[in-house]
Amino acid sequence: MPPVRVAGILADLWAASPDGSELAGGLVHGCARALPVSGVGLALMTERGPAGTVAATDGPALELEDLQYTLGEGPCVDASRSGRPVLQPDLAATAPQRWPAFAGGALAAGVAAVFAFPLRVGAIRVGVLDLYRATPGTLDVEQLREALSFADAATLLLLYLQTRTGSTELGPEALTVLDDRGEVHQATGVVSVQAGVGLAEAVALLRARAYAEQRPVGDVARDVLAGTADFTTRQDDR
Amino acid sequence: MAREQRLAEVFVELADTLVEEFDLVDFLQTLTERAVELIDADSAGLMLDDQRGQLKVVAYTDEPTRILELLELQNDEGPCLDCFATGTQLANIDLGAAQDRWPRFAAAATGAGYAVAHAVPMRLRRQVIGALNLFAHARTPLPDGELAVVQGLADIATIGLLHERAVRDQVVLAEQLQTALQSRILIEQSKGVLSARAGLDVSGAFQLMRTYARRTGQSLTTVAEEIVAGSIGPEQLREVAERR
Repeated sequence: MPPVRVAGILADLWAASPDGSELAGGLVHGCARALPVSGVGLALMTERGPAGTVAATDGPALELEDLQYTLGEGPCVDASRSGRPVLQPDLAATAPQRWPAFAGGALAAGVAAVFAFPLRVGAIRVGVLDLYRATPGTLDVEQLREALSFADAATLLLLYLQTRTGSTELGPEALTVLDDRGEVHQATGVVSVQAGVGLAEAVALLRARAYAEQRPVGDVARDVLAGTADFTTRQDDR
Repeated sequence: MAREQRLAEVFVELADTLVEEFDLVDFLQTLTERAVELIDADSAGLMLDDQRGQLKVVAYTDEPTRILELLELQNDEGPCLDCFATGTQLANIDLGAAQDRWPRFAAAATGAGYAVAHAVPMRLRRQVIGALNLFAHARTPLPDGELAVVQGLADIATIGLLHERAVRDQVVLAEQLQTALQSRILIEQSKGVLSARAGLDVSGAFQLMRTYARRTGQSLTTVAEEIVAGSIGPEQLREVAERR
């Protein structure tokens, strides 16, 4: 069961930017077009915390992304720190108490609702996708589904940009890191120990091996769990 | 201990976790374990709506059950899926006679030694957000009312999703479900890390994590985070798990 919508979003991004230089910009603009929102921002997260804006649509989104990271408070900062979505359908009602400094700027910029989705694959945290809207109210079921699909695509994109090795493409195979089968996630853990790297890099190693052997990532993952594929780095004492 | 007393204890235990900071995955993990303990079943698995049009496995009592649940999703057939689609309970399904209804699932479940299955929906008002599957080796049907106990536990879980009453239901539901899906991935990653560090298979790693979490009173999510961060290792886990 491939996430068809996520695959479609990624294919569109790649088609619009064949050299891969405009993928993040393409994602925020594509998201803003697909949903009834006034702006979209994509922020990076590193192991040391929030690390700034990767891309944003012009206007309030860009302004508020910068404002939140300058102030160190706001729904997107909370989403990035906690790893939980922070959905604020009515900022006027909730923001002044929760984020006093951010609230003033947001309401002055004409933003009435913010939906912040943390971009993570379990323990791997890569960023936050922020949706800004000029009118209050929740996202309906279809809009939420679309927003989550863009968040999944953004997760894969940031993972790809952070661990780009030149040997893997952001093709359909990259989607298997979001696969429901736990084998890929379990194997990611095993590979991180064997190779002595973080989980994000372990995903990249799994993908690179699958690409080199022209096999699905799930197959390589099963080999890792069965002990027939090994990523152990060469030790001096071996 | 009298069964009624144990039942009362479990309800209190589950209600208690609602007061604290709510960790949905941990709560659902407890739910599957208590369901198996309270009725005549050997294992349980639970799936939730991922809000993208699919179900995801988020809790299970053991690794073989996780694989059985995945098999339902991959083949798009099985009691959990039917229960989710209809929002109604499926009680005392004879797996030996279910080949026509779910050919691949029935074969896998009987192959794993199960004779009977049940499924109860997780309903949030009129919306079905998931389903709980139970499996038993023995061919004895559950007495009347037994499944009502499990439905009661599932109902508490769905009420727990809405503990932040000040906020709108759909917002809280989305925040909780999305966080739960990520916690489940985190747990799978930590099983891999622990299995490589401890020289165990992933099933053994999961058992060790569960025992450690239970004995230290920590959530499975917290233990998984610590394993991935490297702040606890196989030695500490084994020391606590093997303590008598």
